[in-house]
Amino acid sequence: MSIREIQSDKITEAVAELCKQANYYLPDDVLDALKKAQNEEESPLGKEVLGKIIENADVAAQKQTPLCQDCGTVLIFIEIGQDVHVVGGSLALAVEEGVRQGYAEGYLRKSMVANPFSSRTNTSDNTPPVVYTNIVDGDKLKITVMPKGGGSENMTRFVALTPAQGRTAIVDFVVDAVDKAGSSPCPPIIVGIGIGGTADKAMLLSKKALVREVGGPNADAEVAALEKELLTEINALGIGPQGFGGIITALAVHVEVFPAHIASLPVAMTVQCHSARHKEIVL
Amino acid sequence: MLTLEPPIDDLMVESLKAGDRIAISGVVYTARDAAHKRMIEALNKGESLPFDVAGQIIYYMGPAPAKPGEVIGSAGPTTSMRMDVYTPHLLEAGLKGMIGKGGRSDDVKRAIEKYKAVYFVAIGGAGALIAQSIKKAEVIAYDDLGAEAVRRLQVENLPVIVAHDVYGGDLYHEGRSKYRKPAHLP
Repeated sequence: MSIREIQSDKITEAVAELCKQANYYLPDDVLDALKKAQNEEESPLGKEVLGKIIENADVAAQKQTPLCQDCGTVLIFIEIGQDVHVVGGSLALAVEEGVRQGYAEGYLRKSMVANPFSSRTNTSDNTPPVVYTNIVDGDKLKITVMPKGGGSENMTRFVALTPAQGRTAIVDFVVDAVDKAGSSPCPPIIVGIGIGGTADKAMLLSKKALVREVGGPNADAEVAALEKELLTEINALGIGPQGFGGIITALAVHVEVFPAHIASLPVAMTVQCHSARHKEIVL
Repeated sequence: MLTLEPPIDDLMVESLKAGDRIAISGVVYTARDAAHKRMIEALNKGESLPFDVAGQIIYYMGPAPAKPGEVIGSAGPTTSMRMDVYTPHLLEAGLKGMIGKGGRSDDVKRAIEKYKAVYFVAIGGAGALIAQSIKKAEVIAYDDLGAEAVRRLQVENLPVIVAHDVYGGDLYHEGRSKYRKPAHLP
């Protein structure tokens, strides 16, 4: 197969546009899940809150203004076909420039600070993004932009379980972590769980789980059953929309699994607030 | 819905109960993590604050930039618990109200009772909607902090709910207890 060339400035353009679109428009599957939750919620206040969240999405789309003032750390997943050659500049710089342009042009909040444990100086352009690049088959370039809010990201948890602790301990860990997070991560949340691999692999899986279609079960029946059980247990906690009480604390639980070492059972949890923003493009 | 216009006093605070719906009109000030850190450093050094907190309300919020022709960008509350460590000092200095999202620490709840104050919550993640209640916004201190600068906001019917009151009432605790399934009860 021949090599396909992609201009780096096309990548910059695409990333800038994805940053704006992701912040202005809630994905349809998230909106549908919120509407379903509004229908099912038993708490009158919870129902009302869900209505306001849906109304907020309408206002943001109509005015092309960010859904949430926290326009996030920009997480970017890139799948680059092995037959692609980026020309005209580096891929990394092209992506970073896209974030810079998107956040400036889109009137999006700049939330990144350098020297995080000392001066905490705002970088003023929301760079750098957190970028994961995967080389895949083919001659396409797929870019997924996920602005991740700080409040829910702060609820991220990891545990290195032993093989003997097994499935029961996974359920206990996740339900306890969501219970402790309570109202802080802006429920109703989407819970991403990564099981297996190494600590870093499990964490990355838990992030990637969040860009799956909301509530669509894992293709593996055993994993899908775990997702269902976790969702039921989490929604039995009573936290509810915004933590005001109710039966919908989570819209969905997505679990991703990878083989693990004979000694290990790593489990990572990433919490996504109801403003579950992400947008992708294939170049 | 009850309406409230700062400055507020002990009597007003005592009339509020967890779960009450309030529409705030008038002036509120924004401050979040970095601004709180600086304000507490100023208090510790005996310096004056960017505004007199007595009787006032602080909104934990760092807005998105205003588009041309707009007053402010998206402007919803941030997670309040990060301010817990600073809050008792500000309540001691006379601050009467706070707007944020999520529950507060026991220390803050005790300080709310001791100094007679109130904690309100707005809907997190509804920043585009909330921005419509903000009629004027100006940076009054710590401009270098960008989104985290202290702003004076003029608001009109900003909808909030009382989450923690002077009587120990807790909207989160009450709501959760009501819908928690038996297996998860202590």
